[in-house]
Formats: sequence, structure tokens, C-alpha cells
Amino acid sequence: MRLVVPLRGIVGGRGGLILGTFVPCALFCYLHIRRLRFLATRRVSERAEPIAKAEESPYYVGLGRVSQDPFDEVANPNGIIQLGLSENRLCLDLIEEWLSENLTGAMIGHGGDKRHLGIGGITGYQPHDGVTELKEAMAGFMSQVMGGEISFDPSRIVLTAGATPAIEILCYCLADPGDAFLVPTPYYPGFDRDMTWRTGVELIPVHCHSADNFILSIAALQQAFNQARKRGQRVQGILISNPSNPVGNLLPQKTLHDILDFARNKNIHIISDEIFAGSIHGNEEFFSLAKILDAENFDKSRAHILYGLSKDLSLAGFRVGVIYSYNDDVLAAAKKLTRFSSVSAPTQRLLISLLSDTSFIGRYLETNRKRIRKMYDIFVSGLKEIGVKYVDSSGGLYCWVDMSGLMHSHSVKEELELWDKLLNVAKVNATPGSACHSIEPGWFRCCFTTLSEGNIRIAIERIRKVAEMHKSSR
Amino acid sequence: MHRVFFPDFPWKTLQNNLHNGPRPGPYFKRITQLPLSLLSTTISCSFPANSSFVFVHLSCYFISYQVKNPTSLFSLKTMSYVSSNRKPLLSRKATNDGHAENCPYFDGWKAYDKDPFHPTQNPSGVIQMGLAEHQLCFDLVQEWLVSNPEASICTKEGVDKFRDIALFQDYHGLPAFRNAVAKFMGRVRGDKVEFDPDRIVMSGGATGAHEMITFCLADPGDAFLVPTPYYAGFDRDLCWRTEARLLPVVCHSSNNFKVTRKALEEAYAKAVEANISVKGLLLTNPSNPLGTILDRDTLREAMSFINEKNIHLICDEIYAATVFRQPDFISIAEIIEEDQEYNRNLVHIIYSLSKDMGFPGFRVGIVYSYNDAVVECGRKMSSFGLVSSQTQYLIASMLSDDQFIGKFLLESAGRLATRHNDFTDGLRQVGIKCLNGNAGLFLWMDLRGLLMESTVEAETALWRVIINDVKLNVSPGSSFHCSEPGWFRVCIANMNEETTKVALARIREFVLRNGNKPNRKEKCWQSDLRLRLSFRRIDDVLRSPCIMSPHSPIPQSPLVRTRT
Repeated sequence: MRLVVPLRGIVGGRGGLILGTFVPCALFCYLHIRRLRFLATRRVSERAEPIAKAEESPYYVGLGRVSQDPFDEVANPNGIIQLGLSENRLCLDLIEEWLSENLTGAMIGHGGDKRHLGIGGITGYQPHDGVTELKEAMAGFMSQVMGGEISFDPSRIVLTAGATPAIEILCYCLADPGDAFLVPTPYYPGFDRDMTWRTGVELIPVHCHSADNFILSIAALQQAFNQARKRGQRVQGILISNPSNPVGNLLPQKTLHDILDFARNKNIHIISDEIFAGSIHGNEEFFSLAKILDAENFDKSRAHILYGLSKDLSLAGFRVGVIYSYNDDVLAAAKKLTRFSSVSAPTQRLLISLLSDTSFIGRYLETNRKRIRKMYDIFVSGLKEIGVKYVDSSGGLYCWVDMSGLMHSHSVKEELELWDKLLNVAKVNATPGSACHSIEPGWFRCCFTTLSEGNIRIAIERIRKVAEMHKSSR
Repeated sequence: MHRVFFPDFPWKTLQNNLHNGPRPGPYFKRITQLPLSLLSTTISCSFPANSSFVFVHLSCYFISYQVKNPTSLFSLKTMSYVSSNRKPLLSRKATNDGHAENCPYFDGWKAYDKDPFHPTQNPSGVIQMGLAEHQLCFDLVQEWLVSNPEASICTKEGVDKFRDIALFQDYHGLPAFRNAVAKFMGRVRGDKVEFDPDRIVMSGGATGAHEMITFCLADPGDAFLVPTPYYAGFDRDLCWRTEARLLPVVCHSSNNFKVTRKALEEAYAKAVEANISVKGLLLTNPSNPLGTILDRDTLREAMSFINEKNIHLICDEIYAATVFRQPDFISIAEIIEEDQEYNRNLVHIIYSLSKDMGFPGFRVGIVYSYNDAVVECGRKMSSFGLVSSQTQYLIASMLSDDQFIGKFLLESAGRLATRHNDFTDGLRQVGIKCLNGNAGLFLWMDLRGLLMESTVEAETALWRVIINDVKLNVSPGSSFHCSEPGWFRVCIANMNEETTKVALARIREFVLRNGNKPNRKEKCWQSDLRLRLSFRRIDDVLRSPCIMSPHSPIPQSPLVRTRT
């Protein structure tokens, strides 16, 4: 009746009662039948529905476009240049060399040679959370990546099939559906899917600004937390990326301390995504969460670190992710959850020998840093030449570029138009800031480690064309 | 009065209880004796300011403690504050037992882990017969790997492929991998049906595949019908994170656990009555734990059932290549090819290489769906459990080697048949019957005759004797949700010949030990006629494979004696 009464007023007049009853009833029936019809044809679950539809985020659209029409100097010089995928192709030759020197003969050899794998060691059931030898090797590798000062406890490591399931498993462990995590923006566009889709967890953006060099402010964190509280939402944790993806900056020690204090005061968890820890090319000092926790007497049980081999060792296809948690309950639950996504045993065996060769890893990490730096320098000097600004960064495989100068107005719509122009006219796929939930329009993430030096120049040249088009149109 | 706040503590009740409640009585303890572990389970405390008592509300008891030293009160306060209130909360999923690892199926594994059998180092240890692993053909795989070093991209011979493969993280999977798997799936099903590589969605093992399809088809609270007995892990794989439900379709030994239309309809009607939305039917073919395959009629019946109800059919065919004897395996794919009238949008096949090839370590699970929306959605979801590209490449090369696969499948079936025969013969000699199966890596063993009474408790008691005294980790039927107590799943393909002999010898000894008892009992026969009768019956059971009624009032088991 509540529906009928206001409608009666709208319809008014003498036929009001009849029309006012009839119209909403008919409307209701019509909508209901439509809904039923819709339900009858829908064969996928409701939670699968939004994703089963076409990908709408420009991040995924761009990736899809490149795979259809990839640039190649010889075969497809007019194809799209990929600046959207943070992948490192700079040091694969080093690993190739190591493999061909060290893993001679068949993958499974005979006898006691450690470098060879027994058949039983690769085909049978393995512990789902990773074999102990690989955990030990991984702990050593992680401490080498973080500068050798921190030691990691292998028993606190849980291995998963890539960082994607690692972060999902953490979400499952820490939050119930409807709970939220605070995430400083701009953040990696994949988090939206990886963290929220199946878990039902929500992400609350905490906006960072170019004026602060995109460093998180505690005031903003506090504000986002309070707003969530007011809505009645339970905030279960804060997720930081360090080095940040997409900006590439490192979190200062002070900020990390503040975040830890904040987490303790609010009694929430803190997840530190340090998947780019080995891809730091600047001179700034990197503070891992582990380092801060080692140095001072913080309550560790709320801290969890994410790591993986996809970026630092360029082994994205091998699917190795790491959950390093200081909380025993989380470890126990995560170990059980890894049965849905554990690392392939032959891959584990191969990695044990690779990661255990510390002198090679040392050499690799150093060369990797140098090569990333070189590419970064080439890329930013190109940007300078064409007068495009960027954030000076010292980590990651990407550069956070300010293209607001190529836009007519500061709006997300304009940003997406520019992205479209870059993709379809200039044939460069960069990730727009809005896909990373950046609050300031006009920023783009450009990954430069998938390209050769020559191709970086071509990419810069293509961006220059867009800049010139913009100038002439003004 | 100082209070430490715990969100849901009934302060009013406490205050009432302070006046009229229990006085310091049997629960009275000095504060110095308060164990720390108690504090962490403590729900709430209250501290009257000027009193030397602290009131602790623990479950349903109010306990008062006398405090001698006021500073200890303070430390107690902070401690409880830290230990119970300030602990960052974990999710329900992390803390509930959705992992279902508290059932006997997993208990048995723990017993094995503590004391594993080794022919020389620990000959009296527990033999693992609870793990459906196919280890009989490892030598063939090893041989292939040695002669094809380039298949692993991480060798000198294969390193030129390394660059492209190492970076490959597309969730569609390597085209070569999908083609090879599609071809292999067809081959395993006797090349009677073809599989489309574009419908192959990969995931982390069959476990991941099951979870993925559940995520795609069901919302929290929705249910799937599953004929019992079913694989113990389904409760965890299909329900834990997805929050879907499984409803048993009860099958009986009287018709060899056949899935009948009547049972399906009954289960469905029950669900409708309880207002549960049924999203599908999950069939395991060949069945785990039964080791039998579904015949054409049953499959057709299931197809028309799901078409009528317009629900999905998930067909778990991960044991397809373990069929070692006639009749041939019939895939659901064959049924829908034969009869175009069925709505194929409702059919999804789960496949994996863990059982058929014996590669559980490779973590290759496949969802093959005839529904485009499910394929597309599953693709995106597979990023949560991608197969390592190195492994994809290795498997693509191996499965494309027709000659090897042909030899492997033939040899595998032959060896499984031999092992199966050896084992059933051995059991028959001591009078133990098994369900007549022709597939799988296990036997469905009938020990109903040895049960004291036909209850799950009696089954668990027998199982404990088997695991603790006989030292065999077999899995009791109750962990597979079997409706009749007394059945056990015995895995036979995860051990070598010698271990098989040891296991059989142990069973023989167990049965003989119990069979010897009549001599000892002869003495007490005169005083108790019922016991005498019972042993005649047991002799019968042991000698001939006849099965006595589970409802017989006569104590049926030698365990009556061993227990008392």
C-alpha cells in the first residue's frame, strides 16, 4: 500500500484509486515476469555474473587489445606497443645461462646429485603449502633481496600458485564477506578482482595526492577509517604496496611506523605487498615491513608480507607467490587453503636449485637493478624531451607519468579519451590512472621493462605525436 | 568497579549473579593459580575497584578469584585486554572447520604421518592405504623424461624455449597444452568423442577445478545433490570458501550403490521442502570410493533428471583412465553426443591428470564446460590457480607423444588389473568381500560382518583397531558419507609389490588372530551359549562371503572380545 498511496497522489483525479492501484500492480507484475524470465535464462551464479560479462576496466581492455595486435619491429611495426604489463624481460638471459650450465641432461637424473630430481619428488602429492627445501631457499632469497640484513623464518612461509591466490587467501583468512580493507590509491588495478571477487571483501580507497608525492598520509587513513565506521562497515586491515605499484615510490620509515601504530590503535591487520622489492633501481633506502618489525617491538601478529617471483625473477609463468605471516593462526589457515592453488612440483624442484645458488642470485639482482635503472633513465629522458612530467621513482618496472598536459580539462572522461587516443591512434597501451583509482585525472602507468632500448624510443615518439596533436588542436 | 570491555558480555547478569549467584565454591582459586591458558579462553572479567576479587565469566560459569596482590590484578587486566580483546580478528573461514580435516579420513593420515611404514627402517609402521595415488607407472614416466630432456624448458636442451615460457601467464593456457589435453581426454574415452581445446579451462588440480565450478554455478546457500558414498574432500572443496552445500542422495549396497531416479527425486524433493535452491547434481564417474563406473542407463537417467529440473550436472571423471576391465568407461560427453535433445549448456566435466597419469604434484585440473558463460567466467577465475607454464609445456610435449601415451594407458590398465586381482584374491582367501569394481585406485571393502552393531560408532571402533593394531590406514565409509556402516576404502596403487604383500599379510594375521579365538572361547562356551553361537557365525562370515543381516541381535564381531 505504501507504493500505491503516493502514486494515487500523482495520478490524482477521480479515477485515482483505480489507476493508482492498477498501474503499480501492472508495473510490478511486468517487472516480476521480466525478472523471472531473466532468472530462467541465467545459468551462471550471481557472483560470477559481473565478471562473466565483458571486461570493462581499461587495464584489461588494453591488455586484450595488445594481445590481438602486438607490436613487432619486423613482423608488425604498426602494432600496439605494450606499456601496460609490468613484466621484466631484461634479465632472462642470465637465468637461461644459469639453467644451461647447471641443469644439464634430463630433468630427473640419477643418484645423489642434488641438482637432479627424482621421479617421486615431482609427480607425487607434495605438501600443498610448498616443499620445505623451497621454503628454505625462498627465505634465503627474500633476505638477499631485502639487502641481507633481515632473516626470514622458512616455517612462516606459505607458497601459493602466484601472488594472485596469495592475496586472495590472505583476504579469506582475515576478512568475512562485507568487511573492508583500506588501500592507498593509486593501486594496482588487479586488486579489485583478486581481493574482492570471490571473497566478498570490499576495498576502501585512501586517496594520496601528487602534492605529497603520492605518499600515504595518516590523516587520510584516519578519515577513511572513520567514514567506514560510520557506514557500519568493519575495517579488517590496510594493504600497502611497497615499492608502490603504480607510482614506484618507496614508503619512508616514518610512514611505516605511523601505519603500524595506526593498525595497532585500530586493532586491524596490515598487509605489505613487497612483490617489487628486488626491482629497486634508485638510491633511496628500502624499508621492508620485516625490517621495521625486526628493529622495534611492534605487535607482529597483525603483520603479513606478500612476495612472489613473477617480478623480481621474471618468472611470471612459474606461478610462485609467497605469504609471509607473523600470525600463527593465519599461517595454519593459509596452509590449508593452498590446496586450491599450490605450486607445481617440478617447478618447485627447479627453483630450489636456482634460488639456492646465492652467488648467482647476488649477481642477478645487481645486474637486474642496473638494467632497470638504465631503461628507466632512457624512458624518463625521453619524457623530458617531449615535455611530459613524471614522478621520480626508485622502484618497480614502471613510471608514473603525468599526461594532464595533453588533456583539455581535468576529468576522468578526458583521461579515458586520451587513453583511447594513445591506444588507437598512437598505438601505445598505457594504464590510465582511473583504472588504478587515482583521484587526480591525467596520470598514466607506463611499464618500460618489456621493451628494448630502440622500442622505448619508438614509444616515446608515438607519445610525442599525441602531444603535438594536442598542441595543434588547442 | 573497573571493567574491561568485551563486546557481548551481559553485565546485568553478572551484577545479578554477584548478589544472588554462586558463592566462592568449588571453582574458587587463588589468583596466583590462575593458568594463563584460561585467560585466553576467558570471555570477560570484572574488577571491583576496592575488592580483592576478580570475577571471571567463563562459558556458563561465573568464577571468582581472590586476589592477594593488587598489582597482579593490574597485570591480569592488561593481559586479558591483550589476549582476548586486542587480538586482530580472523575471518570465520579461517577459524571454522570448513577444512573438514577433523574427520577420520584425515585422522588416519595423521596416524600415518607419525609412524610411516618403511620396508627396512620402520617395518612395523602404518601402511598408507588412504591415499589414492597412482604410482604403478612411475618408471614409464621416468623413462620418457630421461629420453626427452628438452620437454623441461630448464635444461640445456630445452633452454631456448625458456624465455617465452617463463613469462607466459595468460590464463587461457598455452595453446599446445590445451590441444594436448583435449586430445588426451578424447583418447582416454576411447576416441568416441572429441573435445574442443577452446573449452578447456585450467585450475590448480581437481580440487581447484571443483571449487571453481562451484563458484561459477552457485551462490552461498545453494546446494548440489551428491550420491553417497562420495569423496571425503568434496565437503571441503565445494563448500568451504564458496559456502555452497552438498545434499546426499542416499544409495544402498542392496543394488550395488546404483544411483536411481527414485533416490534423486527423493533428495530433490527433500531440498525443495527445506526451501533450499538446488543448483546441480554432482556425479563421480568412475566413482570414488566405490571403484565402479556408471552405466549408460544411469547416465541417461541423470541427464533427463537434470534437464527436467533445469539444474546443472557436474561430472567428475578424474578416474576415467583407471578403468582396467570391461565394461568400457562411458563419459557423459558420449551421452550428450548421442542424444542431441539434452541441453548441453547444463553439463560440465571435471578432469585432472592426478589420477589417470599419476601426477598429483603437477597440479593440473581441468574444467570442461559446454556452457560458454561458464567457460568465460572460469577462465578469469583460473588466475587463482594457474598451472605453472613450465609444467604446461612439459605436459604438452608428453601428451602429444602418441606412442608413449598409447603404451602408458595400456600398461597402466594392465598393472592396475593385476594389483586389483592380487588384492581381491588375498582378501577373498580370508573371507573378506569387496564391491565388484572395474576402475579406480582403490577397493570398497565390506567389513560389515566384523561390526559389533550396525552403527557408525562401531565402524569407527573397528577402524581404530585397524589403524592402531593392524597398522593400516584405510578410510572408513562414514568419512565418505556412506549410509551403511562397515564399508572401508582401501587404496592399492600407491605402494609397491612388497608393501602390498605386507599389507595383505597383516590383514590375514588380523583375521586369523580373531579366528583363533574360538579355541580360547571354547572354555567359556558352557557358561554362555550366545557367545558360542556368535563364533559359529563369525566362522561362517570368514569362510564364506555371505553377509549377515546388520540387524542381527547376535554379536557379530570378534571385536566384542578385543574391546572388553
